Amino acid sequence: MSTVQERPRSIRIADADGTAFFPSGLEYNTPVRGMWNIVHTGMLVPGAHQIFACAQGCLRGVILTAAEMNALDRLSWISVSEQDMYDGSLEYDIIGGCAEILHKLPEQPKIVLLFLSCIHLFAGVDFDMILRTLHEQFPQVKFVDCYMTPTMRQTVPPAFQMAAQLYAALEARPNNPKAVSIIGNDRPTDEQSELVRLIRENGFVLHDLTLCKTYDAYQRMAESALSITYTPIGRYAGEALEQRLGIPQLYLPNSFDYAQIRENYRQLCNLLGMACPDFKAEMQAADAALDAAQREIGSTAVAIDFTAVTRPFELALLLCEHGFSVKYVIADAAGEERAALDRLRTLCPDLEILSAVNVNMLHLHDEPHEPVLAVGQKAAYYFATDHFVNIVVNGGYYGFAGIQALAKLMTEAFREPKDSRTVLRHKGLGCASCLL
Amino acid sequence: MKNVSRIIPCCAADTSGVCSALYELGGMTVVHDASGCNSTYATHDEPRWYDMHSMIFISALTELDAILGDDEKLIADVTAAAHDLRPRFIAVCGSPMPMMTGTDFDAAAAEIERRTGIRTLAMHTNGTHSYIPGASEAFCAIAKEYVRPAAETVPGGVNILGATPLDLGLTGTAESLRAWLRESGFRVVSCFAMGDKLDSLMQAASAQVNLVISQTGLAAAQYLYDAFGIPYVCGLPVGAQFSAVIAKALRSAAKTGTCSFPCAQGNSAAHGAVTVIGESIISGSVAAEAAMQTGKPVRVICPLPFDAACMNGVTESPASEEEIARDLAGNPPETVIADPLYRYILPQGTRHMELPHFAFSGRCFDRRIPDLCGKQFASFIKEI
Repeated sequence: MSTVQERPRSIRIADADGTAFFPSGLEYNTPVRGMWNIVHTGMLVPGAHQIFACAQGCLRGVILTAAEMNALDRLSWISVSEQDMYDGSLEYDIIGGCAEILHKLPEQPKIVLLFLSCIHLFAGVDFDMILRTLHEQFPQVKFVDCYMTPTMRQTVPPAFQMAAQLYAALEARPNNPKAVSIIGNDRPTDEQSELVRLIRENGFVLHDLTLCKTYDAYQRMAESALSITYTPIGRYAGEALEQRLGIPQLYLPNSFDYAQIRENYRQLCNLLGMACPDFKAEMQAADAALDAAQREIGSTAVAIDFTAVTRPFELALLLCEHGFSVKYVIADAAGEERAALDRLRTLCPDLEILSAVNVNMLHLHDEPHEPVLAVGQKAAYYFATDHFVNIVVNGGYYGFAGIQALAKLMTEAFREPKDSRTVLRHKGLGCASCLL
Repeated sequence: MKNVSRIIPCCAADTSGVCSALYELGGMTVVHDASGCNSTYATHDEPRWYDMHSMIFISALTELDAILGDDEKLIADVTAAAHDLRPRFIAVCGSPMPMMTGTDFDAAAAEIERRTGIRTLAMHTNGTHSYIPGASEAFCAIAKEYVRPAAETVPGGVNILGATPLDLGLTGTAESLRAWLRESGFRVVSCFAMGDKLDSLMQAASAQVNLVISQTGLAAAQYLYDAFGIPYVCGLPVGAQFSAVIAKALRSAAKTGTCSFPCAQGNSAAHGAVTVIGESIISGSVAAEAAMQTGKPVRVICPLPFDAACMNGVTESPASEEEIARDLAGNPPETVIADPLYRYILPQGTRHMELPHFAFSGRCFDRRIPDLCGKQFASFIKEI
């Protein structure tokens, strides 16, 4: 056999062709657990009870997700056997199972998120009939169709579908022109961000599922005149809500490009009829924060992964432009960041793009590394560093204030190590955990 | 309904059983699955994942692969990974979607072996069963493939069969078991499969007796008995009295060639003061020690697949949440020894002695899993 790897784990950015960098193949799973899964996300809906119908192998992960977040009482399950797949009983097993679970619960939930799996969809299960029948039996409960279908991730990733279904139980209500929602995020948006301040300081009510404590607060989201989204997942959810309830969506991507950030705010202000500041002070503050961080971090290698921020190449470009030594980006695709990628090709041609899942990443953690400051959990693990920024999906940070916050977090991470082994095993960063 | 649970978890699945059994042997195990099996296994079923790397991967099956029945992608991807990583052997196993599409794992394994020149084993999992059949098949396959007749027998030689963190956790049981065997005058030839490499397992035929410590090791034990005449003893040495029983049974088996099931002796068919819930051989061993210490009848509820010989002839046991809850409510025992997550379905007033089982509650109580063969656990049983 040749010693040349058939499926190399990395490429120079200068050699990166297109926006998908690596051929598909077997995949490795790192032991970092901060990213949320569909169970964590579903728990955001106040009072919702989740029921999963799937095979034992799939069930185990979702049940123990709930167990670790001390929420086993909000999740039940129906297992699927080989026999169930072939004897025509799939739908009735689910209906009967749901009914049994609901009768056993101490009180009826307002919403049931009912998850079916890949094999159900492949078997052509009649989900509509299941929901219709359950609604007839339990008219006071809202049943929302949800999907644990990773096999279909290239058509509709489960995280996208889940984000959309979070809002599927919202009932149409009269529009409030002074109310807006942020949609599709799994953690609150930083109150110091220009985005939230613009909304609040101009007298708008801001709805956000991550802030809803009650079912009524959740339902009030439906009064919004506008859905603001800033992640690709959120955008998908916003589009679904727009189609169903007619609430227009405004996608303001969580960007590290100053022009894009200003454009986001210009669009928001236009739509909401607000005066748009010039944000000069905010930009200067962001620059100053980055420069201060760079002075302290110096030439230490920086690695960024795609779980930390939704636009890792834009962040890499911003940091490079401020003198940081960004050497590694862990991402299998560039998504919406083609422009940043092209700019980096010229600015930092030797920047290494590493696959997040390639099997040849297996031993990277154990290989000798130069000291690395990581932005994100996967980068922290792969480069075996305790100096890392512990955020997922932008950490709730946004805009120029978000850049300032990130510069501060990088400086803190550079100064103070974390217990990476303990931190990285926590499933669903920001959720309760019995492991802590 | 048998397949419904309001609140308690299900156990680790067959795919996790395969991965866990083969983890330390230097092979590459590929689960033909989209995503979930590997993250579930790596997060909840495999405590070695962070500190001890193993070539356990998923095929990243897609909708298109499934609809088109594209086995070539699986074969080519495994071949490429094998080229890059050079495993000692390859194992491929299935999840629910390949069950639906009828993937022929025997044929895929044969083709991968032809292309790579690396022995490739097909594991017949589908994600709908517990870890017991998965790990059983994997241990048995390793025994069949790699154990060859020994030139000499090791006096007092013992193989440990059925050791995975799913049943033992990572809190010292495997190490204490080895120490106990040494202190009892035996020599550990191999352990299927914690703490030994494949080369050690290949010497298994030189042992005089096999110690089966969980149901996952029984199929391999039966194979080694049939192929090499090595008798086996079923039980885990927990507590002083039952450990003495196991030591005596091992010596007797080595001398007479007769298999025995000491783990069954503590299981009273009748409802009694104490009930142990869990895997059959380990729970039976705990029950046996408890019965000897207290003189009270102890009953085992095993929600997992088991062999009747390990359960004192019992052929059926409550398995679902509803069945276990109804059984316990019907004749409430004074004490239940079970994983902490059974707390939700125990009758009011029943004393719950918590014995975390990694294959059930995963990481939730992993630091509280006792060293089952250690002195502290002996004290735990005395508290009954």
